Amino acid sequence: MNDLTPSTLLVLVPLLPLVGAILTVALGRVLGPRAHLPAIAGIAAAFVVAVMLLTGMAREVGVGTTGHDHAAKPVEMVTTLWEWAAVGDAAATGDTGSAARSFSIPVALRLDPLTATLLVIITGVGLLVAIYSIGYMHDDPGYPRFFALVSAFVFSMSMLVMASNFLLVYVFWEAVGACSYLLIGFWFTKPEAAKAAKKAFLVNRIGDFGLAVATFLLWMTYGTLNFHDTTLADGTLVPGILGATRLADASAYVGGAVGTAICLLFLLAACGKSAQLPLHVWLPDAMEGPTPASSLIHAATMVTAGIYLVARTAPLFEACPGALTLVSIVGATTALVAALIGTVQNDLKRVLAYSTISQLGYMFASLGTGTLLGFTAAIFHLVTHAFFKALLFMGAGSVMHSMGGVIDMRRFGGLRRIMPITATTFLIGSLALAGVAPFAGFFSKDEILASLHSRGWPDAHGEHHEAAPAGGHAATAAPFHLAFHVASVTPDAAQLAGGTRGSALDGLNTPATWRLLFWMSLVTAALTAFYTFRAVFMTFTGPTRVPEEAGHHAHESPPSMTIPLVILAALAAVSGWWLFSTHSLASFLASTPSFTAPSVASTATPPAFHWDLAIQGTLAAAIGIVVAALGHLGRRSDGPQMERFLGPLETLFANRFFFDQIYSALIVKPLELIATLAALVDRHVIDGLVDGIARIPAGLGAVVRHLQSGLVQRYALAGVIGTLLIVLALVARAMG
Amino acid sequence: MNLLADVVAPSPLVLDGLVVGAILFALGLVGILARRNLIVMFLCAELMLQGISVSLVSWSRHHGDWGGHVLVIFVLTVAACEAAVALVFVLQAFARTGRLDSAAWQSLRESNLSRTIDHELPAIDTVPLKFPRLSPAGIEPAADEDAALEREHV
Repeated sequence: MNDLTPSTLLVLVPLLPLVGAILTVALGRVLGPRAHLPAIAGIAAAFVVAVMLLTGMAREVGVGTTGHDHAAKPVEMVTTLWEWAAVGDAAATGDTGSAARSFSIPVALRLDPLTATLLVIITGVGLLVAIYSIGYMHDDPGYPRFFALVSAFVFSMSMLVMASNFLLVYVFWEAVGACSYLLIGFWFTKPEAAKAAKKAFLVNRIGDFGLAVATFLLWMTYGTLNFHDTTLADGTLVPGILGATRLADASAYVGGAVGTAICLLFLLAACGKSAQLPLHVWLPDAMEGPTPASSLIHAATMVTAGIYLVARTAPLFEACPGALTLVSIVGATTALVAALIGTVQNDLKRVLAYSTISQLGYMFASLGTGTLLGFTAAIFHLVTHAFFKALLFMGAGSVMHSMGGVIDMRRFGGLRRIMPITATTFLIGSLALAGVAPFAGFFSKDEILASLHSRGWPDAHGEHHEAAPAGGHAATAAPFHLAFHVASVTPDAAQLAGGTRGSALDGLNTPATWRLLFWMSLVTAALTAFYTFRAVFMTFTGPTRVPEEAGHHAHESPPSMTIPLVILAALAAVSGWWLFSTHSLASFLASTPSFTAPSVASTATPPAFHWDLAIQGTLAAAIGIVVAALGHLGRRSDGPQMERFLGPLETLFANRFFFDQIYSALIVKPLELIATLAALVDRHVIDGLVDGIARIPAGLGAVVRHLQSGLVQRYALAGVIGTLLIVLALVARAMG
Repeated sequence: MNLLADVVAPSPLVLDGLVVGAILFALGLVGILARRNLIVMFLCAELMLQGISVSLVSWSRHHGDWGGHVLVIFVLTVAACEAAVALVFVLQAFARTGRLDSAAWQSLRESNLSRTIDHELPAIDTVPLKFPRLSPAGIEPAADEDAALEREHV
């Protein structure tokens, strides 16, 4: 193993699943029911490599040896594979401010604590999902296709978190979107699945547009798209956007209108991919896809790409406190709205889908605090959420598998007697999601609440939050100043120097806002516990009922499905306590280059367990569980429901706040009208023109067609007449 | 004729040759336009060719250039070959339709044109041949409407 250098290992992580995907495609028909072998082998090998990278990275960072040393050094490793594109004379234009800047896109992979953590999650959950799918997808006609897509997704997602260049990030941002599209529409003969896939794709395009424009703005502003510092052939150093050079300089990030625009576009991109308001509408519909795909892509990994993007670009956001606040507002609002909708859903997978949206909202709320605690808490929650939400989805899939495809909770009940393993693991996942100590979600949610609390009550935490994080000195800007009214996006010196102008959003950045967000999050915690346990009670308690679709063989799922459930249940049970008590994840992540920027690192706080917040969070969870128990524990799930107490609110929640209807009326219907008009113009005006031109030769032909009588004598006569005419013409000419 | 006489002032012999040539050519032209029998049409075409050959010889004599005569000999040779080829065509056409009537090929007209109908078919002036009759067997083939308008003998 000595010849396996870290950079080789780095390449292997995405390469192995890619090879697996290609082999599955090539050999799918030959392998038949064993088509999962190449994909699972590829992902498993990638997982092993990712774990090796994580341990190596942990050794380099020195987790556990430096104790709680807050002066974390940035640790990164960048491997440039090849130059994808190089435009302009790189040597002649080292000056990043000059007009004729060279443009080069190196295919560079990076490894840092954030990437290493996410790689292990992606390949680990991917591996469990793939193993689970052996049982879940068996006998499906698209069996090889499914594994090829999952493998391709693991490749794309690892590349997304490993890319060290914004353009590469964009490429794989699209690639994971394409895999998601193909997996949502996996059963494409079903009209709902095809429609859901299209919806997911189109809604994501809005976010992708944001990422594209943000990339252009970054290029205009910083003159490079690389994360890391690069050295040109002549020795000039080009500081990367997230490179050590720029990170060391507190004023190297553009604030003001341009910076805010970049951050807001990133937020738009993150909202699309991570299903945040107002672009969340695609995720509940994405449940039309196979459940393992929902588990991997729409719960554990792909939807966290938005979290990754914001966390990765933390220093850029720090320069724009208004944008950061908006991240939190969007996150907390989404968390609350999705939780409210989740309380009245009767489709087990949709409950989990809204729960995912809600938990992602939590992560955004945490990111938006702009503190090191907030960033690490978001990633912490991402990790624990990946475990317990993948577990819950797989549990739901196990129920669905056993119930013959029925997922409406009102049609079955008391399943704990039929499927004890699924019931137990689902309960553990639910406890983790509800935030009950000592399960995983409790600790990560506690940290998120703590990060929000520290912004709402800065004095109570007694530290450095008397002012907003670095760059926040612009909070006094006129609140109604139109942030986007910049004549040119070309940065001027003042903006490059750190943005003395604020944006209208900075007016939001007040302790009152943060207090409101904190209370919203606490209410969300109670709602989360309620809808989670409502689902648990409706599905697993009460009299045992099985829908007729399940036939007489309602049974526990096969081992290939229950083993991943048990592994994830174990992780959901202990990972939170382990990662929190050792403080290993937080101190590990603190060495991520993005988090070592002075603006982030200066907000570091000593690790602490907030008893007051823990009690509030536990109380909220307890209230939710008790209310759910009062309504549903031990009752028939098709009986009277809790929501009859909600009155008109029930209509609002059950119709998902009418988002789909509003979008349909405001966007879809007008667009369809325009499309219909365009189709009419095309059919009648443009086609009419073309057909009209085509009718000219046809008309001429209709006239002369009569000459083709088939009678030889007439042809001969025509020849004679023609000859006579020629002779006459010649004679006439000869006569002058 | 005045025009011709003014320009070239030919000798009477030449003029006679030209007149004969013109008559031959006109006969051939009328024949090819009026007759429907493929062999007769071919013969008429030959007649036109020979009319032209006579004119050529006459002009050759008028100019005192023997080249024209030589050329006509060549034309005769080529015409013999051409006759062989043309007869092959006629034979093949006959083999296809069983008829020598060129109207048997009028189904090659544009598909949406109506058939040119020859209204008054003259009575066939020969005694029909008597063949031994076999009792009909099998399926009667569909009658070709075009064929009803064509003549056994043209």
